[in-house]
Amino acid sequence: MKRQLLLGDEAIALGAIHAGLSGVYAYPGTPSTEITEFIQNNPLARERGLHSRWSTNEKTAMEEALGMSFMGKRALVCMKHVGMNVCADPFVNSGMTGVNGGVVVLAADDPSMHSSQDEQDSRFYGKFAMIPTFEPSSQQEAYDMMAKAFDYSEQQKLPVLMRVTTRMAHSRAVVNVSEEPRKENELNYEAEAKNWVLLPANARRRNDYVTAQQAQLEDEAEKSPYNIYKDGTDHSLGIVASGIAYNYVMENFPEGCPYPVLKVSQYPLPKRLVRQMLTECERVLIVEEGQPFIEDMVRGVAEMPNVLGRLDGTLPRTGELNPDVVRKALGMPLGECFDPCKDVAPRPPALCQGCGHRDVYAALNEVLREYENPRVFGDIGCYTLGFLPPFRAIHSCVDMGASITMAKGAADAGQWPAVAVIGDSTFTHSGMTGLLDAINENADITVIISDNLTTGMTGGQDSAGTNKFEAICRGLGLSDEHLKVVVPLPKNMPEITQIIREELSYHGTSVIIPRRECMQTLQRHLKQNKAK
Amino acid sequence: MKTDIILCGVGGQGILSIATIIGEAAMNENLFIKQAEVHGMSQRGGDVQSNLRISSEPIHSDLIAKGGADVIISMEPMEALRYLPFLKKEGWVITSSTPFKNIVNYPDMEVIKSDLQQLPNLIMLDIEQMAKDNGIARSANVILLGAAQKALGIEYEKLQEAIRRVFGRKGETVVEANIKALALGKDAQK
Repeated sequence: MKRQLLLGDEAIALGAIHAGLSGVYAYPGTPSTEITEFIQNNPLARERGLHSRWSTNEKTAMEEALGMSFMGKRALVCMKHVGMNVCADPFVNSGMTGVNGGVVVLAADDPSMHSSQDEQDSRFYGKFAMIPTFEPSSQQEAYDMMAKAFDYSEQQKLPVLMRVTTRMAHSRAVVNVSEEPRKENELNYEAEAKNWVLLPANARRRNDYVTAQQAQLEDEAEKSPYNIYKDGTDHSLGIVASGIAYNYVMENFPEGCPYPVLKVSQYPLPKRLVRQMLTECERVLIVEEGQPFIEDMVRGVAEMPNVLGRLDGTLPRTGELNPDVVRKALGMPLGECFDPCKDVAPRPPALCQGCGHRDVYAALNEVLREYENPRVFGDIGCYTLGFLPPFRAIHSCVDMGASITMAKGAADAGQWPAVAVIGDSTFTHSGMTGLLDAINENADITVIISDNLTTGMTGGQDSAGTNKFEAICRGLGLSDEHLKVVVPLPKNMPEITQIIREELSYHGTSVIIPRRECMQTLQRHLKQNKAK
Repeated sequence: MKTDIILCGVGGQGILSIATIIGEAAMNENLFIKQAEVHGMSQRGGDVQSNLRISSEPIHSDLIAKGGADVIISMEPMEALRYLPFLKKEGWVITSSTPFKNIVNYPDMEVIKSDLQQLPNLIMLDIEQMAKDNGIARSANVILLGAAQKALGIEYEKLQEAIRRVFGRKGETVVEANIKALALGKDAQK
């Protein structure tokens, strides 16, 4: 055993490598990005030649992992919670096909939306797809669970969903790691077509099988070493705490908890253990990070005044937990503290000084001032910050790729001018198909692909389409006449505004690509070159 | 021993390198550590903080409770004030005195200074000037670490050793600049 100080994400990554991983498939997304980055830079992963290049989106990632599993090897898929929506099709259907080599799908949820557009709880996906779900409560458990999850996946012949949240992903702790990594699986041909070809006849049989398997999965969860029922001396209250919520409970009892505590880290929910607590304790407090997933199941439709949690207001209905809100729910007095300082001003994030997106918005705003009711459909990335002052330049940001398709829908409704602003990585992630829709109908929209040659918001990962954007647009059928490339710099403002004006006045689909490297990656590259 | 620390500043100011040195020193002492960081959108010039907890006993929560922090180390004076509710009543604030004004409504510096000076345990240093005067402009943040040494409850020599291990790969010049910065901070302690 070796002690290492690791981020939760790094513990997951190292746990996977040590569990005999053959490939990680992922699209960057906070708070999951560091898992894949760790594997990309890990010496053992490099020595073994593990697959670790970024995928174009979460759906391609999930399918690539399934292909690796089909051939008998172990694959990890990583994404932020909203990525689960993108890969929902292969994810849910992987519950039907099952796996050959072990598959672990890692979803990093972001309660309180530190870097996200919603607070969805990925555990619902596990239940929905009938896929067993793990939820580690510490970095050590995250590391240990990886080996267990891959073994379990192969034993049950199902993928395993591992759900973490921001504070686990982005918090460091000392982790004891193995010095004897497991070998990778050998290629095998055991995957059977009758399970993997989801024609209705096969799918019905698989659906019956996997549905029947659920009782066994629940039984396994009852016996799991990660689901621990620890009795207490005071049965006036019992506490069910899942994942890292367990830590916030225990933080408030440095001398040990007097109440029985059921720590839940493996699903399906171990119902027998929950029933035991309901029988043995006068009231039960359910503490979980994210949405009231367990609580909703426990309450069902019955009136249960003895159940406390997010749904009755004992804990906040939304938002991330912390030691203080849990303390309050436990009915314990809060410690003495200073009042918030009234002179502190908010400091929201902003586009970097010198960032090319700034020049894009400056030019766009200048031109759009000439129109009565322009609408700009934004997308997911640093450039979403264009909503904030001083630009106030975008009117929407919904999901990856929605800028182009929403602009088209608006144009279909009669809006003009309708502009889409999308980044290079987001465009290849989910914008290309929407652009094909627009081009096929020659929709009256102007698409700006603001190309900074990287996936910027998540820290500068490779972008799948770099050097290919003109070719992609042409390939989708866009004419050269309405495909323009500019360099977004203040000195080029007259040229850029002129081009935007021309393309807005063209009543069909046009694409403008402002292209200049991200300031963050530029500085990194300059530093690297200096070091050489 | 148990020390709860809030490191804060503006995205890009390098609070995590201070955390790395403290973490290294704590690892070497076989202490338990938890360090919650901020990654993602806030790093683009927004307010950032890291909860760093070190203890001889196992640590449960990644986050520090209100009124629980022994020390706030801040790269920016207004940012130090943002986390006051998390500071123990008798806790220490160790902060740079140089404002980082990337917002239009940055408060009057005199107000910020007077708020800080009302705290019982404050060390406010013009670390940028100190670093410049001593030819170690890139190690300004380590001056703050030196100034926080007593409040952290970590021996000075242990921090020195941690700096040698953390910066060793970058060469002796970088190591010495940081050792010097640590000493400047130590001497500024009350």
